[in-house]
Amino acid sequence: MGDPFGMSLTHAIASGMGGIRTAGDLVARMQLNYRMRLPEAKKYVAEKLHVSTFDLSDSTVMRNLREELDIGCVEAIPGLAKGLAAKARIADLLDIKIAAVEKLKGKLPV
Amino acid sequence: MSKIWTRMGDGSAVEMTPDELRADIIAASEDAADKGRVPPLEDNEVEKLIEIFSAPWRVIGVEPGHEVPLTKDETACTLVSSQLSSGAHLPISREAAVEIFERVFCFDTMELGWIDYSFKPAKAMVSLDQVSIERLLATTVFPVLYGAMPNMGLYYTPDGPFTNPADLLGMMKIDEARQEEMKAAELCMEDMIYMCKRFDEIGADGIDFDTTASAGDADFWATLKTVEELKKTTDLGIEVGMSGEFILGMHGEIEYNGKKLAGMFPHQQLKVVEEAGADIFGPVVNTKTNKSAAWNVARAVTFVKEVCKQATIPIHANVGMGVGGTPMFETPPVDALSRASVAMVEIAKVDGL
Repeated sequence: MGDPFGMSLTHAIASGMGGIRTAGDLVARMQLNYRMRLPEAKKYVAEKLHVSTFDLSDSTVMRNLREELDIGCVEAIPGLAKGLAAKARIADLLDIKIAAVEKLKGKLPV
Repeated sequence: MSKIWTRMGDGSAVEMTPDELRADIIAASEDAADKGRVPPLEDNEVEKLIEIFSAPWRVIGVEPGHEVPLTKDETACTLVSSQLSSGAHLPISREAAVEIFERVFCFDTMELGWIDYSFKPAKAMVSLDQVSIERLLATTVFPVLYGAMPNMGLYYTPDGPFTNPADLLGMMKIDEARQEEMKAAELCMEDMIYMCKRFDEIGADGIDFDTTASAGDADFWATLKTVEELKKTTDLGIEVGMSGEFILGMHGEIEYNGKKLAGMFPHQQLKVVEEAGADIFGPVVNTKTNKSAAWNVARAVTFVKEVCKQATIPIHANVGMGVGGTPMFETPPVDALSRASVAMVEIAKVDGL
């Protein structure tokens, strides 16, 4: 609880990884669905992306890399993967299963 | 050195001498150590906290490279709902609010919850929330959770079907009170399992049990049993966030895997949450409004540091209004909150917030 500026935004600036602006979503996914603690989650993602764990929170490094890997960027870029399409590419890149992607596969014609 | 400008636990400004600041930090750490039977802060950690609170800057941040992922309870509601959720009441959908958190506020995860943020009232709206989550799973990249509070108190009269144990205890009907609590816990668990399985069906990334154990040990038991069932039968990632630093013994005798739940402090809560199978644990340490921000942060960090030391799963400490060293005020001062945020990362070594 607390207003969004005082609470959410302050944490995002002070301590947050930066979500899809960096690699925060990828590290969070390894925590939530694979029970990885922070060092392990960062190491896993960094190895898959061929960058250092330090780079994962660097918006300059990650902005360009996310565009190159086509895994969703914070700005709306015409032609690049968005939403579920980006998630499908993330599942492949990180070698993990993402439930929503699996559901999509189940809906596709055989 | 001149006086240090800082905050009290109610958010009001206060000036302290360096000696007063140090004394507050040491006293708070010893208070946590005494109550929780955990180690107090080391000397270097006390010095780090003094450095954090003596920094002249309004907003501070962690060292580059030390950033952590963020999860958050009820966040879409903070944009859409009213004061009851510290909300701004923007005339937008909850789905739009979640997308704002992804691509404007750059959160690492987000959850969607019903406006009346407890499982019981949300149950009637589950098909609507399923569709909302389905839409978000198609339009967002970050992990999307469903969030709600167990809030077992809603199962007692006048809101629910069972006699309020507080009324029975007043008449010394202790056994009857305990029976009513267990009936409420069973129904609460049934509702939570029903709800969460609906979100597994549509491919949600996870569930956030927020404000767990607010109605005491039976509430905690219901949540643990729900988590246990979900981990056996679904692919959901599960975060269990607590309501307080100490499990209230409203029942007093409930056990989980042979461990009495009443009276558990955060590092003890962690162990049963891990045993239940949860993926992320969110410890809470309550703020005292008549103590300084430094006192509150030092006390919170002492508890949470021990949680992180013992954990085998990620720890996302609750650091919001009234918990985790944050002042109990609806517009938390950014100077105080940024210091609590940094202290949790740099000293307690949390895996997230």
